[in-house]
Amino acid sequence: MPPLDILAAALINGVLTGGVYALVALGLTLIYGVLHIVNFAHGSLLMLAMFGAWMLVSWVGLDPYAALVPLTAIMFVLGWALYAGVIGRISRGEDRAILLATLGIAIVLDNFALVVFTGDTRTIETPYSFEMIELGPLLLSVPRVVSFAVALVLAALLWAFMARTDTGRAIRAVAKEPDGARLVGIRPGRIFALSYGIGVACLGAAACLLLPSFYVSPQVGNVFVLVSFTIVVLGGMGSFPGAVLGGLIIGVTESLGGLFLGESLGPIGISLVFIAVLLLRPTGLFGAAR
Amino acid sequence: MTAKSPLLNRRTILAAGVATLAMPAVLRADPAPVKLGLIHPVTGALAFSGSQCRLGGQMAIADVNAAGGIKSMGGAKLEALLGDAQLRPELAASLVDQMAEAGASGFTGCFSSSLGLAATQAAAKYNLPFSIDSGVADNLTTRGLTNTFRLFPSASPIVADAVTELDEVNKNAGSPVKSAVLVHENSEFGTNTATALKDKLPGIGIKVLELMPHATPTRDFTNIALRIKEQKPELVIISNYVNEYMLLIRTLVQQRVPLVAMFSVLGGGFGLKFAKEQPGISDYVMDFNQWYNPRKPASLAFRERVESAGGTFTWEILFGYYAVGLLADGFEHAGTSDKAKVIPALAASTYYPEMLPYGPTSFIGGQNKGGHAVGLQIQKGDIKTIWPSQFADAKPVFPRPKV
Repeated sequence: MPPLDILAAALINGVLTGGVYALVALGLTLIYGVLHIVNFAHGSLLMLAMFGAWMLVSWVGLDPYAALVPLTAIMFVLGWALYAGVIGRISRGEDRAILLATLGIAIVLDNFALVVFTGDTRTIETPYSFEMIELGPLLLSVPRVVSFAVALVLAALLWAFMARTDTGRAIRAVAKEPDGARLVGIRPGRIFALSYGIGVACLGAAACLLLPSFYVSPQVGNVFVLVSFTIVVLGGMGSFPGAVLGGLIIGVTESLGGLFLGESLGPIGISLVFIAVLLLRPTGLFGAAR
Repeated sequence: MTAKSPLLNRRTILAAGVATLAMPAVLRADPAPVKLGLIHPVTGALAFSGSQCRLGGQMAIADVNAAGGIKSMGGAKLEALLGDAQLRPELAASLVDQMAEAGASGFTGCFSSSLGLAATQAAAKYNLPFSIDSGVADNLTTRGLTNTFRLFPSASPIVADAVTELDEVNKNAGSPVKSAVLVHENSEFGTNTATALKDKLPGIGIKVLELMPHATPTRDFTNIALRIKEQKPELVIISNYVNEYMLLIRTLVQQRVPLVAMFSVLGGGFGLKFAKEQPGISDYVMDFNQWYNPRKPASLAFRERVESAGGTFTWEILFGYYAVGLLADGFEHAGTSDKAKVIPALAASTYYPEMLPYGPTSFIGGQNKGGHAVGLQIQKGDIKTIWPSQFADAKPVFPRPKV
């Protein structure tokens, strides 16, 4: 049994990491909830957003957190344009075609990044990169605490947008009953594009929160995308609270798994929790049976 | 109006002129180019390193051709056949087959040992020469493949030399390091390196407290940093790949783990990019790795050549460069691209990579016994050679100053 301070540190660290996982997974679950498809381009779009954040920091000189606002807006426009210009046109309403379209986008983006940025890894160093908050014997990294807090605020804002605004209600209406929504004057095509845009915008925010404590390379999307898929299924596909809780559970499981089983065997903990949830509650923690 | 001669009109004169000009070229036709297969992972997780090896190979081909090609073959030019092996050994072997079919006279590659093992074996089927540009696994040159040559050192002598350096540097500083934790990635490269270190370190008075393997990718090293902090070693020795290398060192600094030194053997992330992008954490990190001889002006000019073209200088470029250089030298000495003559020429080669800190070249079983890695340290945003003294351009800063 590890000492208590290390156990506490691992627990807090897992929660902090889980917050950012949740933000990446929120976009994925929104896109699934409305479009009912798994967005295979999610990892590649995260990678693109991280390169966008890196460029805004390294070339324009913005602070990564200040870059969050413009990058989220840019990624929203990109997501909208991708749906309106590519996915929607190719798919013509066919789910299988949407899947293939997102897979195609992923392949194009990955290779585009390799050509433009090469396979090199890039990092940034900010004045607060090594700032730590001392909590008794624990040292908490300031960028990770900030990332966690901002991720939770953004998740709450997104939830409020979906629950309290007309546009949010329209999105939920289209997600539940597209034909009925059309009958009351909602245009599902626009809602699909809007939802895809918001889902991709979440990645813009996540990229800015990740960059101060992580690296960016053309393969970085793969590091997060599998864990995001796990969180979405664990929390219940299409569920916002599920994505947030799932993110925190996976973050803590990963951290404690690493502590007790070692970093080599630790990732098995995620799979064990995932399998247990699927066995005991196949629809996920917050998923409704269809 | 002038009458046209039926025998000598303008078209006839032009045709005759063209034929006259072309005649020497027909009589002295260029010799057929010598095709070389360059097989690397240029997409996927090792894309950067693979691309760097490829770039070095292409630079060598350009240099050989600019200097008149293979002179003993009438100035035959080298021609690259490029292949992306991704991270799939079966693809590396398949590329060898395709390139052999396309007329390749030799190969270089493949950055990763696992790709190299498959590709060299495939090339052995055709008995075509294979010059390894990177990949340190000992068994690349211990399987009895007569077609396979490695100008660069393999893992075992690198680990042995690293321990010798560590011992010397530690003793010169009054032996402040008495214990170490080894952090390594959990595949063949990291595990073998850490296991070899674990066996050798007690021999120089350094107790190994724990081996901490980790997966690739690992997103967070906080647990490892905290466990190291709990063990209180004076030294952490790292053997892993580029991204995890940087994340681990960053976390060790963030968690204020008190260390005399951070040392790595073949540290994947140790490089000029790490030194320049992360000055807050990279200064005084030590590595035992491949590098150029800083005392040779040609080495510095080569680095300048890469950097002035907007590239990032890494040792992989030099290795790609000299792996092709070795093959070109083999063709030169054989006077042909015939594999039956090139392979003996390579086995007897004394080709000397002048920019590398090597002893005389001597191949035994395909492995050059003159190749050595060196002790390096990041000092003020640059990489300095600190060991052995005959190649050093700086003294080691050991123990590392407290931040």
